[in-house]
Amino acid sequence: MRIGLFVTCVNDLLFPDTGRAVVTILERLGHTVEFPADQTCCGQLHANSGYRAEALPLARGLARAFAGYQAVVAPSGSCVAMVRDGYPRLVPDDPAVAELAARTYELSELLVDVLGVTDLDAAFPHRVTYHPTCHGLRTLRLGDKPHRLLSAVRGIELVDLPGAEECCGFGGTFAVKNAAVSAAILADKCAAAAGTGAAYLAAADSSCLAHIGGGLTRRRAGVRAIHYAEILAATE
Amino acid sequence: MTYGTGQISAAEPFPAAAGAALADRQLRANLHRATHTIGAKRAGVVAELPDWEQLRAAGAAIKAGVLARLPELLVELEAAATAAGASVHWARDAAEAGRIVADLARAGGAGGDAPVVKVKSMATQEIGLNDTLAAAGVTAVETDLAELIVQLAGDTPSHILVPAIHYNRHQIREIFVREMGDPPADLTAEPAALAEAARRHLRRRFLTAPVAVSGANFAVAETGTLVVVESEGNGRMCLTLPETLISVVGIEKLVPRFADLEVFLQLLPRSSTGERMNPYTSMWTGVTPGDGPRQVHIVLLDNGRTATLADPVGRQALHCIRCSACLNVCPVYRRVGGHAYGSVYPGPIGAILSPQMTGPGSVANRTLPYASTLCGACYDVCPVKINIPEVLVHLRQTGVDAARGRPSVQRTGLRGLAWLMRGRRRYAVALRAAGLGAGPLRLLARRRGRSAARRLPWPLSAWTRDRDAPLPPGQTFRDWWARDRPG
Repeated sequence: MRIGLFVTCVNDLLFPDTGRAVVTILERLGHTVEFPADQTCCGQLHANSGYRAEALPLARGLARAFAGYQAVVAPSGSCVAMVRDGYPRLVPDDPAVAELAARTYELSELLVDVLGVTDLDAAFPHRVTYHPTCHGLRTLRLGDKPHRLLSAVRGIELVDLPGAEECCGFGGTFAVKNAAVSAAILADKCAAAAGTGAAYLAAADSSCLAHIGGGLTRRRAGVRAIHYAEILAATE
Repeated sequence: MTYGTGQISAAEPFPAAAGAALADRQLRANLHRATHTIGAKRAGVVAELPDWEQLRAAGAAIKAGVLARLPELLVELEAAATAAGASVHWARDAAEAGRIVADLARAGGAGGDAPVVKVKSMATQEIGLNDTLAAAGVTAVETDLAELIVQLAGDTPSHILVPAIHYNRHQIREIFVREMGDPPADLTAEPAALAEAARRHLRRRFLTAPVAVSGANFAVAETGTLVVVESEGNGRMCLTLPETLISVVGIEKLVPRFADLEVFLQLLPRSSTGERMNPYTSMWTGVTPGDGPRQVHIVLLDNGRTATLADPVGRQALHCIRCSACLNVCPVYRRVGGHAYGSVYPGPIGAILSPQMTGPGSVANRTLPYASTLCGACYDVCPVKINIPEVLVHLRQTGVDAARGRPSVQRTGLRGLAWLMRGRRRYAVALRAAGLGAGPLRLLARRRGRSAARRLPWPLSAWTRDRDAPLPPGQTFRDWWARDRPG
């Protein structure tokens, strides 16, 4: 299958390894991955901060960049939630945008639902705990898909994260507009992660991971934040 | 547009009020325990019902139908209640409702030593009724245990269902000993002992009060029936013993038909107290000769509800049946409690209800739509499917649109960012520049054995105050794709 990679702006600048991991996984499965260079940002930051007028051209631009792809994949629950759940409200009258929403998938959706695979022949001999990020959990309803993919990784020891379904406290501009509350929620998430004894906390959103990972290193918690795509791409 | 007044308008911006609440360790411990306990109970009883999602959809549809034809349903309610012997009054705002109730209470014989007994009611908290009655020389006695605690403490409620959630039982014992006037000499902090002390304290008030004041959970348009659901039986005492009963009812409390209660009497207790059924459900239709109050008054309260109804996206906030399930699951409420929201309606529902009811004039209330991470836990548990994150974002957009033309650092920054993101070339250049610009920081961090930055200059210092910041690693994804990708 010819798959368009929507890497997301956060990964493009800060976490290119996550984008490379998605390419590795899909090419290993025999698919063709393309990166349309016209893509920039989905506009979630602007729309959720109230800047609708600024978000609109970004939504239309993303739809143009990915016109013609049968499937578009993004390693981000919240960016896919923006395209699928946010765009119909933001741009209700644009068929190209509606069409993009219908064929954009979060990585685990593409792998499990569209391509029908769970075993990716990966190996990652470490103890890992998984944090289901809010938009993947409650907007996309990813359910146990990431967990099924991770369970098939050789050598991995998956441990439950207590209070996993509670938000990490990131929330985009919330992290700076309500910095004290964000930090209080983060403190509890970091304590829960450290309590699992895991070496890695995995999740499907790099922005949440930047927030949690920043909290973990600040505390020297001994847990590293990692995008689950990088685990799925790892081999012996 | 006539906006609401009363105890629904914050005095302090949310971030400042939340910061003060976070500093109170006892408060955070009390909140953590209580919200997790109630939340878990709710999840358990909701999971028992195979048709929960259908019930939610039915509840949302009935409420949307009510809002679509509110004027005619209100007239229908007035006609039915009047025919059954009740008197119906209309109040535009908190002050008008307070005046009406105070006049009716005095006419019913309250004042001096004769108190008004109160059923727990959000509408009367909203209009600050106890203060209005006090100014009119009438003592109002809260008879719900938690409301009594809050009243004796001279405090305000911090939760819709559990107004004293911010106190533990030891603090409650102290309040009783200090403020009750007639506490048992050997009062312990055992819940049963505290409840018994409250029971004895209240019993004398029930027997002497000529007037009761209540709200209503539901008002049935076709029959004129009011409904109160409660757990302690204090409501039943108030609704049946005094000669005069005055009920303050928000105009969105309507259901069209009596049969509609079937849906809500399942949704409310499971969402609210986490019970399959609440212990007491009282219904009354006007006056029944020889039974219950002889004077029955209904005060229909607008107080900003019509203004809220005018917004096609925001009006779903009026579906709310005050169950408080959204508070118990909210990561923000769980840490800061109710007082930080500056309104009797706290938590996620308060963050969309208070600013809409009071209008854009309240500066502090304008910070409420931002008091959320948009995690969506509130929407998931809402029994009437209020899409709270959608309304929060909508209110942010309305606020931003209204402020266009006024200078703002944030707007300048976000507009600049959007401009960069609209053009592929300048976007790629900006990413590359950010990666290069971070070079010295990267070097510094690496020398100290780290990959993240501990301190960044303003405005990024807001991020690094509480957590490290990731640094861009030399090459962007797009540059790697274009130049170094193998194959």
